[in-house]
Amino acid sequence: MDVEAMGREAQKYVWEGAIPLQIHLHESEVTTLPHPSPALVLAPRMGYLPLLLPLLKPHFSSTLPPGVDTIWFEYKGLPLKWHIPTGVLFDLLCAEQERPWNLTVHFRGYPGNILTPCEGEDSVKWSFINSLKEAAYIVNGNCKNVMNMSQSDQVELWHSVLNGNMETYQRVSSKLKLEKVGDQYVGKPNSNLLKSRTNTGETDTGGPVKTGRIPVRLYVWSVSKDFDDLEDAPQIDSWDQISYMNRPVEIHREEDKCFTLRDAVKALLPELFVEKTLIDEEIPRIELEEESRAPSDDESNTRNEEDVEEKQGENVECCCPSDDAETKLKLVRIQGIEPKLEIPFSWVVNNLMNPEHFLHICVFVKVPQAKPLPHDR
Amino acid sequence: MDISSWDGTLSSSDFCLAAHAFTEKWKRINPVLPPWSWVPRPKSPWLASHEEDHDEKSHKGNEEPNCLGKDEYIDNATLVQSYRQDVRYFDFHIVYSASYRVPVLYFRTYSSDGQPLLLEDIEKELPGNSTNVLMESKWTFITQEEHPYLNRPWYKLHPCGTSEWMKLLFLTDPSLGGSQGVPVELYLSSWISMVGQAVGLKVPLEMFNKRKE
Repeated sequence: MDVEAMGREAQKYVWEGAIPLQIHLHESEVTTLPHPSPALVLAPRMGYLPLLLPLLKPHFSSTLPPGVDTIWFEYKGLPLKWHIPTGVLFDLLCAEQERPWNLTVHFRGYPGNILTPCEGEDSVKWSFINSLKEAAYIVNGNCKNVMNMSQSDQVELWHSVLNGNMETYQRVSSKLKLEKVGDQYVGKPNSNLLKSRTNTGETDTGGPVKTGRIPVRLYVWSVSKDFDDLEDAPQIDSWDQISYMNRPVEIHREEDKCFTLRDAVKALLPELFVEKTLIDEEIPRIELEEESRAPSDDESNTRNEEDVEEKQGENVECCCPSDDAETKLKLVRIQGIEPKLEIPFSWVVNNLMNPEHFLHICVFVKVPQAKPLPHDR
Repeated sequence: MDISSWDGTLSSSDFCLAAHAFTEKWKRINPVLPPWSWVPRPKSPWLASHEEDHDEKSHKGNEEPNCLGKDEYIDNATLVQSYRQDVRYFDFHIVYSASYRVPVLYFRTYSSDGQPLLLEDIEKELPGNSTNVLMESKWTFITQEEHPYLNRPWYKLHPCGTSEWMKLLFLTDPSLGGSQGVPVELYLSSWISMVGQAVGLKVPLEMFNKRKE
């Protein structure tokens, strides 16, 4: 299968991807006995949780207390940000991807001090279009193409997202001329990508200037205690534990060198790539770590907590003697996949991005056991 | 930077320069008003705290700083109707947007008991010309979105028109730059003179004085 066909396969896989959810109504909102059974739904990866309201309301309506519905979700006590696509929430919050994903739904008591207001489908649509405009601005230097979309195109585009209809989406979005990232592999020069940083808006040919910037949203979850299995990963109980970066990646082309996913992550998180940090690219799966560790593990057999950091020095993932100050990239997850970091970034973007034209990347990092840093609030 | 080919945006390192210049000037000119302070992005947890200096230099351009300022507004209308003075607190943050390459104003407002205030209530209290700026300008609208670093809903002046009107501002105002190019130090003062109007934030005229002391 050639690269193009693989790309199309990947896109189909992503568009059809869905997270099985088991949704429980919060007990404070249950007014009848027996308790209602949880709702089982398949939530599209590319979709957003509040859009599930039409599926969930009928299931729980008979037991809800009187009042106006303002739907919101939580996972183990963490209120979920509704403007983040469902698949990204799952990839980020469930290190060990549990299926079905158990969530709690609320129809009352919206936590307005924590979550931005959501008034149903319109809010989600606005957020989506807003992100699309931002992506257009990043790629073209302006958002005219999105602003000038006809009303019917906008409706069709939104519906294609609502219904998970890839063909319709691709047909309508192609009118936006948010062109695919040039393939660095194929050695043909794509000078458009390397236009100067000053965006003049128009080239001589009359088309929009490609800035060479790729819309990326990066979510970094860092833990100070290492873990071997994902199921041992600690719980995220506050959004403050996640560093969110909404920053475009600039592709830098070098002769005969491909700009890889690793290069992109490095551009966003340079501090993760100082010499002491090694990323195991040969064995991305965490399970394999244990098999390779066993033969070399003859120095210390005790696996108590203080030793974990020392032991890291003996596993395949890091070949240098480790100390407490080591930072380790544990996982890079995109659309539920852990891609090899050597993959050309252009391929990753073109095939794994979300419909609002952003690539969402979840990164899990193990950090040094430093004293807590002061946060100015 | 030659003004005629400038697109109205600035790089994150220029933003750093502009912010420091702005903060200094504000402190100098308005010692009475609450100061602006430069707050670096909450440090990535993977940087050990003793590396702070190294951080500042090597992550130039990665810093996405906040400026924190407090302004206290006394709501006179309520004085008439109630028996107690209501004090409104405003927090303003200026955050650099890497996507739009411009500063973005985030703000929140709350009463003295910490109760957050609604946008409709704020808009009612804004001076007349502010609401005009908001209503008439296709470039300025207020949305409620998540603060990029604080994980809370804040009000935000949408940045999508900023580069256009900044370019216009610098092109049409002869006191700003001209043939020497775009004076980065004046970017924020000029920017805030525009956005401030939309939210009732007063910017003293001396801020636009190019003369350096």
